[in-house]
Amino acid sequence: MSEEKHHISSYTSHFLVLGALLLLTAVSVAVTSLEMGKYDTLVAMLIAGTKAAIVLTWFMHLRFDNKIYAIFTVAVIVLFLLVLYITFFDYSYR
Amino acid sequence: MSASTATASEHVSFLEYKGKYKGILGWILSTDHKRVGLLYLYTMLVFFSLAATLGLLMKLQLIAPGYTIMGPQTYNAMFTVHGIIMIFVIVVPGLPAVFGNFFLPLMIGAKDVAFPKLNLASWWIYIIGILVVLSSQFVGGWPDTGWTFYAPYSFRTPANVLPALFGAFILGFSSILTGINFVVTIHRMRAPGMTWFKMPLFPWTLYATAWIQVLATPVIGITLLLTVMERVWGIGIFDPNLGGDPILYQHLFWIYSHPAVYIMILPGLGVISEIIPVFSRKRIYGYKAIVLSSLAIAFVGYFVWGHHMFTSGMSGRALFAFSFLTFLVAIPSAIKVFNWVATMYKGSLNLQTPFYWAVSFIFVFMVGGFSGLTLGSLAANVHIHDTHFVVAHFHFIVFGGTGFSFMAALHYWFSKMFGRMYDRGWANTGWVVFFAGFLTLYLPMFGLGMQGMPRRYYDYLPEFHAGNIISSLGAILMIAGAAIVIVNLVRSARHGEKTSEKNPWGGKTLEWETDTPPTFENWEDIPSVEERPYEYK
Repeated sequence: MSEEKHHISSYTSHFLVLGALLLLTAVSVAVTSLEMGKYDTLVAMLIAGTKAAIVLTWFMHLRFDNKIYAIFTVAVIVLFLLVLYITFFDYSYR
Repeated sequence: MSASTATASEHVSFLEYKGKYKGILGWILSTDHKRVGLLYLYTMLVFFSLAATLGLLMKLQLIAPGYTIMGPQTYNAMFTVHGIIMIFVIVVPGLPAVFGNFFLPLMIGAKDVAFPKLNLASWWIYIIGILVVLSSQFVGGWPDTGWTFYAPYSFRTPANVLPALFGAFILGFSSILTGINFVVTIHRMRAPGMTWFKMPLFPWTLYATAWIQVLATPVIGITLLLTVMERVWGIGIFDPNLGGDPILYQHLFWIYSHPAVYIMILPGLGVISEIIPVFSRKRIYGYKAIVLSSLAIAFVGYFVWGHHMFTSGMSGRALFAFSFLTFLVAIPSAIKVFNWVATMYKGSLNLQTPFYWAVSFIFVFMVGGFSGLTLGSLAANVHIHDTHFVVAHFHFIVFGGTGFSFMAALHYWFSKMFGRMYDRGWANTGWVVFFAGFLTLYLPMFGLGMQGMPRRYYDYLPEFHAGNIISSLGAILMIAGAAIVIVNLVRSARHGEKTSEKNPWGGKTLEWETDTPPTFENWEDIPSVEERPYEYK
């Protein structure tokens, strides 16, 4: 493993991630004042998902690591979404 | 480790190896994957004996209608603790924790798992989880919810549920850590030349299982924690009085607990896939089909949880979807059975104890599988839901599947693990008695369920008496068989005929190339792999 190259992120990159996370947190607070009905949860989940993607991609180095890690991460997210989708076969049609 | 210690350890078996600690500390603080595997085995042996005794007491209660040896509250506590121990302590960790730990590194040509300290930590967490579950007996009495902890009863019952919930929560961490260890070990530590499709089938099933352990177990952890919060603080997630949804509990519980059935059974399928070609002296039929069907079972197994909830009040569309998906998961399971039978066809069968356990596994697995399809059918399910039919199906799959493959594995790898051989006469006798007892115990339950006898009741109507008498006598016979098997193995581990024969069954996988029992670090030189496994000429 010692032969593998390790990417070292710059401080600029860390600060950009921090800035994006803080901005999206402010957005997620701001949207609570909007009345979007059944889309409330969807919007909140989209913002939270975007934040998680930023953390995974830059802060946790998925962008710079071996592609296999990105493939497994995406596969797990797809699995999770499928489980949610099937769960809503019950809740949407009850 | 100093160079001199390493040299000295090369020819000392792991059983005799003297590390930093001596005596029992040399075991409970050892990070050697083989010792950790045996620690799990000994722990499971103790708790299996306890849970099996509870099961026997329940069957004795049911030998006649009315009060026989216990009242309803005790019966409820019995089936709850029996279920919690059997599921969370025995069959979920079962094959991966014992045989995965012991044989995964040996079968892929590694010296240990990827994270040996984490591996030992998993066992300690497992022990802490068990102690927390059992502490309920001493701090308020056993719970009475069943191992499923269904809402809203689990936060309304006056019985003591919290220790069991916390204990199961802790046991989940042990499972997750073992899963992480196996995924990394298989990705990073396979011997040179062992490409993915040259890897034996047992490690393949461990790999599929490990992903389920890592991805599904957190869901049950969160669910149990939410139930604790519901019980203590009334947060209103599952309680309908507070706007919660008790069916959400069932969704979350089974999103883990159905894949958990595959955690239990997949490594068992791997064990059988090891044993059948060795005792048929034939290359396994359809190696890639077995590999891909293991992955398919692991994947599709995530989406069938709703078949536990057909009468819960789910939407009609969900019922249809879950029924369809349940039928779908039967396909990869059937592929394996066809492949095992095709492997045996025209093979040179070597009739030994591991093979007997393996073929009887196929029989009970098929009965369990087909009765599962009956339950997966919506209309039939409404009639037999929560009856003894479900109990019979469940035990054919979970006890028949995991238990028989566990016994097959133990008899297959026993000499490698202990450097001694068991008494084959007693081993075969134990199998016959156990198998006869198993069928006598569980087959009548299918009939009782079809007649309408509900599960989890300490009493029943007189028309169910005959079936219950047969079933209870079967329980006694099966326990006698289990006692013969266990006494024979425990005695043989200490006093059995010593053997250093590396490969008594003529296996073609790497673990048979190591010393018997293996040395501390398994290999003097890491082997390189050129052939596929199971290459019988």
